[in-house]
Amino acid sequence: MTTLVERAKNLGRARLYVLLALAGVLILTIAQVVTGTEDLTSPSTAGAALRLAIPILLAGLGGLYSERAGVVNIGLEGMMIAGTWFAAWGSWLYGPWYGIVFGILGGAAFGLLHALATVTFNVDHIVSGVAINILAFGTMRFLSSITYDSETGGSVVQSPPVQGIGNGNLPVLAGGDIFGRSTPDFLGWLETQDWFYVSDLAGIVRGFIGGVNWMTIIALAIVPATVWLLWRTAWGLRLRSCGEDPWAAESLGVSVLRMKYVAVIISGGLAGMGGAFLVLVQAGIYREGMTAGRGFIGLGALVFGNWLPFGVLSGAFVFGFGDSLRFRGPDVVRSFILAVAIGLVIAGVYDQVVSPSSIVRMARRWNVDVRWVPHGHISLIASRAPVRDTVDFFEKTLL
Amino acid sequence: MKGGKLLTTVVAPLIALIISFGIASLVLLLVDIDPFFAYSEMWKFGTTTESLISMVNRAIPLFVSALAVAVGFKMGLFNIGVEGAYLLAALVAAWVGALFSVTPVLHVSIILMVAMIVGAAWNGIAGWLKVKRGVHEVISTIMLNFIGFALSAYLFLNFFLEGTGSLITATKLIPETGWIPSLNPVLEWFGVEPRAGFELHGFLIIAVFLGIFYYYLVNRSRFGYDLRASGVNASAAHASGINPKRMIMTTMLISGAIAGLVGMSTLLGFTHRYVQDFPSGFGFAGIAVALLGRNNPVGIAFGALLFGFLGRSSLILDLKDVPREIVTIFQGVVVLAVVIVYEIVSRYAQRRAVAAAARATAEQEDEREVVAI
Repeated sequence: MTTLVERAKNLGRARLYVLLALAGVLILTIAQVVTGTEDLTSPSTAGAALRLAIPILLAGLGGLYSERAGVVNIGLEGMMIAGTWFAAWGSWLYGPWYGIVFGILGGAAFGLLHALATVTFNVDHIVSGVAINILAFGTMRFLSSITYDSETGGSVVQSPPVQGIGNGNLPVLAGGDIFGRSTPDFLGWLETQDWFYVSDLAGIVRGFIGGVNWMTIIALAIVPATVWLLWRTAWGLRLRSCGEDPWAAESLGVSVLRMKYVAVIISGGLAGMGGAFLVLVQAGIYREGMTAGRGFIGLGALVFGNWLPFGVLSGAFVFGFGDSLRFRGPDVVRSFILAVAIGLVIAGVYDQVVSPSSIVRMARRWNVDVRWVPHGHISLIASRAPVRDTVDFFEKTLL
Repeated sequence: MKGGKLLTTVVAPLIALIISFGIASLVLLLVDIDPFFAYSEMWKFGTTTESLISMVNRAIPLFVSALAVAVGFKMGLFNIGVEGAYLLAALVAAWVGALFSVTPVLHVSIILMVAMIVGAAWNGIAGWLKVKRGVHEVISTIMLNFIGFALSAYLFLNFFLEGTGSLITATKLIPETGWIPSLNPVLEWFGVEPRAGFELHGFLIIAVFLGIFYYYLVNRSRFGYDLRASGVNASAAHASGINPKRMIMTTMLISGAIAGLVGMSTLLGFTHRYVQDFPSGFGFAGIAVALLGRNNPVGIAFGALLFGFLGRSSLILDLKDVPREIVTIFQGVVVLAVVIVYEIVSRYAQRRAVAAAARATAEQEDEREVVAI
C-alpha cells in the first residue's frame, strides 16, 4: 500500500521534471528558429553545459548534506580547492582513479575542520567557512611550493600535467562500443534529419550521453542516490532531523553531534570530488584558482534548487548552460536571452490567466516539495505567496 | 566582570597568535626549515623604514575593509560583498574623478563621495533583497561579488577605458588636484627619510578618522546602541521598538559606503587611475582582519598592521628558500584559531562568572542565616 503511494509520488515528481525539461527545450528551439542560430541545441553546447555543470552540482550536493544537517557551509570553495590539489597529486602519484579518492579525502579533511569548529567549538558557521576558504587557499599554495615547484612542468601555481579520466559513448543510442563492436548512432541520425523539435531534442540528449565521462556518470548517479539516502532511509531521516530540530532529534536518541560531523565531512568530500572533476576531466592539470568561485556558485545552485537534490541538479544545469554559451559567441547568447524572455512571458501569462497559485496546486497534486526552508538559517524567499509562486515557476521554466 | 572582559578581548587573540605561530612552525619543521630562522629573517627585513611604510600602506585598505565588515558583524549581518563593492566603487570613482578638475580638497572629496555612494548602492542591493524578500545576505552578497566583478570588467573594457595613445589598459589619469599627497614630508619632519619610491599614503589620516568615526558610531550613538542591541538579541531589540528592517538597510548602506573607500588609498595615493590589475582581495582579507580584531577599531588596526607586516616581510622568504605561502597559512590559521579560542575563553569566563555569582549568593544566604539566628 505504502509502496504504491510512494511509487506514485516518485512518478509524479519525475513526470514534472521531464515535462519541464521538454518545455525548456521547446522554448530553446523556438528561440533558435526565430534568431536563426544553431548552436543553442547542438550536442557540443549540451555536452559543454554538462561538463561545466558537474563541479557546480557536486559542490551544491555537498552544501545540501551539510545544510540539511543544520550546518551552513560557506567553506565549500575552500574544500573544492583542496579537492583540485589533492586530485592532481593523487593522479600524479598513482593514477587518475586514485586522484578522485585523494580529491574526496582532501575536501573531506577540510570538512572535518569545519565540523570541528562549528559543531564542537560552536564557532559561527559563516566565520568558520570564511576562515576555511582562506586556509585552504594558503595550504594548497604551500603544498605546491614543496611538491610541484621542483618538478618539470610544475610550479608554485600549477602541477605537471596529470592523467585524466577517459570518456565513453553510450552504446546504441549514441554509437558507443559494446565489447569492442561498434553500434549504430541512432540519435546522431535523428539529429541530422532536421525535423523541428525532434532533431533538436535528439541533439541535446546525444550531447548528454555521447562522449560521456565516467566521472560524469558517477556524479549524476549521486543525485538519485542522495534522494534515496536522505529521504528513503532512517539514516537520512535522522540527518535531516538534526537540521530541522536538533533538540527533538537528540531527545529521540539521535547523536546530533556525530550526525553533523558525518554530514559536514560528506559535504567536504563531495566538494572535493567537484574539484577532482575540474582537474581530472576538464583541465588535466592543477592550476591555482581553477575553481574560480564554483564552490560559491554551487551554493547558489543549492539555494536555486531549494535544498533538493534534483533542484540542485537543475540549478547546476542553468549555471553550466549559461557558462557554456560564453564560448559560443554573441548570436547564441542573444537567442538564449530570447528563450529566457519567452519563458518569462509564458510564466507570466500562465500565472495571471490560469491562476495565481496554480503552480502550488500543480505541485500539490504531484506531491512536489515546493519550498523548504532550513531551520533558522538561509531562506531565499520568504513572505508573499503569489510572488513566490511566480518566482518558483520562473525557476522551473528557465530549465 | 572586568577580568572576564580583559580575558576575552586581549588574552584570546594572544593565545590565538601563539597557537598560529606554533602551527606555522610545525609546518615549517615538517619541510625541514628552521622556523626561527624564517621568523628572524622576516623580522629583520620587515622592520626597515621602507618595509614599515609598505606595511602601513598595506594595512590601510585592510583596516577600512575590516571596518566595513565589522559594522555588519555588530548586528550579526555578514557582508561578504565588500570585495565586489570596492572594486566597482574604485572603477566608477576613477572614471568620475578623471572627468573634471577643481580645487584639490573638493576634487578628492567628490571622488570619495562617489566611491561611497557606489559602494553603498551596491551593498544596498543585498540589504534591500533581505528586507523585501528575505534573501539571506551571505548568499546575495556572494552572488553580488560575481556580478560586481563581471560588471566592472565590462564597464572598464567597454566604456571607461582611456582611448588611443595609452600603452597600459587603464582609465584616464585623474588630474593632480584629485590626488591625495603622501605623508613623506611629515616623516622627514620627524627625521625619517625613506628611499625613493616609498611613500606613506596620505589616506592614512582619513583611515584614522574613519576608525574614530566607527568607534563613536558603534559605541556612542543611538544608532550604535540599536545596532548592538539587534546583534545581541534581535527579537528583544524588535520588541523594544527598533525597526529591524530599517536597521538592516541602514547597516548595509553604511557598510557599503565604508567598503567603497577600501580602494581609495591605492587609487588616490598610488595608481591615480583604475588599472587592469587593480589590487583585489582586500574585501575577503578584511573579513579575516575584522574577526581578528573582534570588531573593535583598535583591535582591527592591530590586525590590519599584522597582516600588512606579514604581507611585506614575506617577500624576503623567497630569497631565503622558505616557501612564502607559510604566511597565507598563518593568516588562515590565525582567523580560525582566534574564533575558536574566543569561544573557549568566553565559555570559561562565563563559567567563572556563574561560579562567582553562586558564591556571592551562598555568602548572602549565610549572612541571612546569621541574622535570623
